[in-house]
Amino acid sequence: MSRLRLTQEGLTEWLRRLGNIYTLYGPVLTGSYHEFKRLQDPGEIDWDYSNTRLSPKALFLPPAEKMFVFSMDPDDPERAILKEAPKDFGPRLVVGIRPCDAYAMKLVDRNFITPQYRDPWWEKRRQETVIIGYGCNDPCSTCFCLSVGSGPFDTKGLDVLVIKVDGGFSLSFCSERGKKLLRREPLGARALSESEERSLQDRRAHAEASMPKFWDEKLVATRPLLDIFNAPFWEDIQFSCINCGTCTFLCPTCWCFDIQDELWQNKGCRVRLWDSCMFPLFTLHGSGHNPRSQKLQRVRQRFMHKLKYYVDKYRNGVACVGCGRCVQFCPVNIDIREVMRLMVSHCQCSL
Amino acid sequence: MFEYTEKIREIVKRLLQDRVVDGVIGFRKGTVPMMNHPFFMKHIEQVPQLYWDSWCGVNLANYLPKRQDKVAVVAKGCDSRSIVVLIAENQITRDQLYIIGIPCKGMLDRRKIYDTVRTRGRDITDVMERDGLIVVTGKDFSLGLDRNQYLQENCAICLHRNPVIYDELVGEMVPEQEIDRYEDIRAIESMSSEKRWEYFSKLTEPCIRCYACRNACPFCYCPQCFVDESKPQWVGKTIDPTDTLTFHLLRAFHLAGRCTDCGSCERACPVGIRVRMFTKKLEKDVKELYGYEAGVQLGERPPLDTYRPEDPQDFIK
Amino acid sequence: MNNPYKPYPVKIDEIIVETDDRNLRTFHLKFLNSEDEAAFQYYPGQFAEISVPGQGEIPIGIASSPTEKGYLKFTVNKVGKVTTYLHNMKPGEIIGVRGPLGNWYPWDKLEGSNVVIIGGGFAFTTLRSSIVYMLDPENRPKFGNITVIYGARNPGMLLYKEELFAWEQRDDIVMHLTVDATNDPNWRYNIGFVPAVTKEKAPSSENAYAIVCGPPIMIKFTLPVLRELGFAPDRIITSLEMRMKCGIGMCGRCNIGTEYVCKDGPVFTFEQLSQLPNEY
Repeated sequence: MSRLRLTQEGLTEWLRRLGNIYTLYGPVLTGSYHEFKRLQDPGEIDWDYSNTRLSPKALFLPPAEKMFVFSMDPDDPERAILKEAPKDFGPRLVVGIRPCDAYAMKLVDRNFITPQYRDPWWEKRRQETVIIGYGCNDPCSTCFCLSVGSGPFDTKGLDVLVIKVDGGFSLSFCSERGKKLLRREPLGARALSESEERSLQDRRAHAEASMPKFWDEKLVATRPLLDIFNAPFWEDIQFSCINCGTCTFLCPTCWCFDIQDELWQNKGCRVRLWDSCMFPLFTLHGSGHNPRSQKLQRVRQRFMHKLKYYVDKYRNGVACVGCGRCVQFCPVNIDIREVMRLMVSHCQCSL
Repeated sequence: MFEYTEKIREIVKRLLQDRVVDGVIGFRKGTVPMMNHPFFMKHIEQVPQLYWDSWCGVNLANYLPKRQDKVAVVAKGCDSRSIVVLIAENQITRDQLYIIGIPCKGMLDRRKIYDTVRTRGRDITDVMERDGLIVVTGKDFSLGLDRNQYLQENCAICLHRNPVIYDELVGEMVPEQEIDRYEDIRAIESMSSEKRWEYFSKLTEPCIRCYACRNACPFCYCPQCFVDESKPQWVGKTIDPTDTLTFHLLRAFHLAGRCTDCGSCERACPVGIRVRMFTKKLEKDVKELYGYEAGVQLGERPPLDTYRPEDPQDFIK
Repeated sequence: MNNPYKPYPVKIDEIIVETDDRNLRTFHLKFLNSEDEAAFQYYPGQFAEISVPGQGEIPIGIASSPTEKGYLKFTVNKVGKVTTYLHNMKPGEIIGVRGPLGNWYPWDKLEGSNVVIIGGGFAFTTLRSSIVYMLDPENRPKFGNITVIYGARNPGMLLYKEELFAWEQRDDIVMHLTVDATNDPNWRYNIGFVPAVTKEKAPSSENAYAIVCGPPIMIKFTLPVLRELGFAPDRIITSLEMRMKCGIGMCGRCNIGTEYVCKDGPVFTFEQLSQLPNEY
């Protein structure tokens, strides 16, 4: 795979030209943390950022989104009939997304695009969005993407991969769509020299070497589900949890949502909202019965869903990409890496 | 603060040996810098896991409501005040608790330190504290920071650093601060109503309605929160600004005369909202109207569930 | 593109108060568009999301049988916001239906077998659908003996009473109706809980499947009875209830282990359930 090399100005200029076709999104510093925002100009991108506080899932699954609108006007012949809320599905370019977050969307695709049903909004946005990823030369101490099937330069979810190199950036395509994009060749680009390629590979090896690997996918996958479900370690893990849901809201692979109707005078809409398995309301039956009324059950559900149920259901790896957001921002320091270690060591014991 | 760790271990070991308590709620060292992990322990072998430093901001009183057993709990000034409130609200009894009191010089704010260091992409791998200095270390840097500049905001203006109730202290009482707690609140009060509305609207703008603030709060123990009720539905569930602000305002009112400004809400907020700006205003009102500070006096009834003839009554005129 | 979240518009055609406590009402719904009706091909055991615009959606088992043409039938218990609103609606009003959703009782396996249906309380809806389906003259020869054990707290709480008494008169279905207690002198059937009546009537497990739907406590005590009668766990079938939203396996809340109850269920055998966490 050939790589192009260009300066930051060259990269910005290239993106500016693409901005004529695509709506651009990228990481910008807002207050004290970075967020994916719609860019007026690609010059706003902060190429020194580590990662965004909230994952980019909101670009594909907004925290609150109108699904349908309807009228309850007694005189309206279409009264009470739901119509799709108009949405803009124009072409978008997301720049600077980290490889783990892009891979997360591939994992979530499994949930939203199935042989039986396809979520129209997720799918449409996925189709209309080109993803320019940004390799991680310097992973955070909380990153563990290599443990869970991704990596600092993982291209699985990307169309184009950008890597910071001395004095500029390298660009390479990772999909047909990316290849097409790079045909509009950046001004002032040249091929990466052999020595530059070597130094890039050194960086890569260095970044990967800094990453811990502690997950044993096969070991956990082959263990009976109920054996892990009933393991004693959940008791200790659950104690400090305050069921705040921060982990689920920041997580790039947590996709669960709620559907609610809102009515204002004669106008109504059906919306979908981010939801969390950490909340008792998530599973509360109308009768008052709650199958996961206990905190332990809810904490276990989140980890088991990601690390065991998803694995067993799809044979597609774990539903975690090692971005480390939950590790950094859990207010009571519940660390998914520790949970994974406990699961592995539980599975190492004989049945 | 390492001497606190030693002392906590010593006390807990004794309590477990003598079977004074069924278990202990304390901290163990966190897995990431500037974080410690609340945990519940029952066995003497776990004593060496107990840990204390300036990153024990989590209010352990949050783990007390509706407990049935007898536990020892490690409590800073604000935590001990929360315990007093929880006892008054019948969430736990004094007899169920062995309070290991921590005279506290203020907990440190990891977000402030991250903001100083990491917004430019630098990662923190280790943080040490000695003699009022915090030494922050990353892959290719090391930085000394003045402790006093990095206190949690609620700690910087705390008037009750020493536990108000305890069974045993881990060290000498620390001097209390004499400080103006309400400078920022007065600034908001002096705004025109439009400006004030704008201020609070702006404050809650990043809110994603995850309710982490509520769940982190030791007093948000209602079996069902008003935002979760569907019959009737008091407030919309979207991130519509009106609904979001309604949630924050109502929650703050529910905490009037109860909040001890422990800062848990702000520490938990994933998007950095200064949730305390709501609760502090009500705290100030309660202090001015009723001369009451929450959780300072065991046995005292909170002003909003008592009546005295001299209570201010302008609002019903 | 077909949007799986979009309900078909339907008109409430008829509302029947089913029980003496008036908490259960049956709604007959008619499609506004005939192409929607043609698209709504279902099997007994499936459910649908009933959409009440402005209130929300609720997952309800389909009580009509595909052999009954021209309408859908749902029996709704008044419990929450949506169902309370629905109970106060009038014939002629427009609501929505989304489905059919979920899997169904394993009709391909049930063919050629004896079928024992055990129901309690208002969980009789998809069982009614199944009975009507099997009794259809075209379908009846495909099944062996059909035995029904159905109980409610008292006679006034039985669903579909007229049909029950009509089935009583037939000779191609064995009915065992029961109530927990009654002081009605005209009650000519059984008195006792469903598990006890099951034990007493002892339906044969020979070449048979049992479909059991009812409150958790009834299921808990009926299971050992069926096991004693020789029903293997993979021949005892039930339908789970869960809080649901999307109904198509996407919103995540009805997840139990590897399964989404809305999409991979709601129908499971007890053999399957034994492999899953007990969180339902």
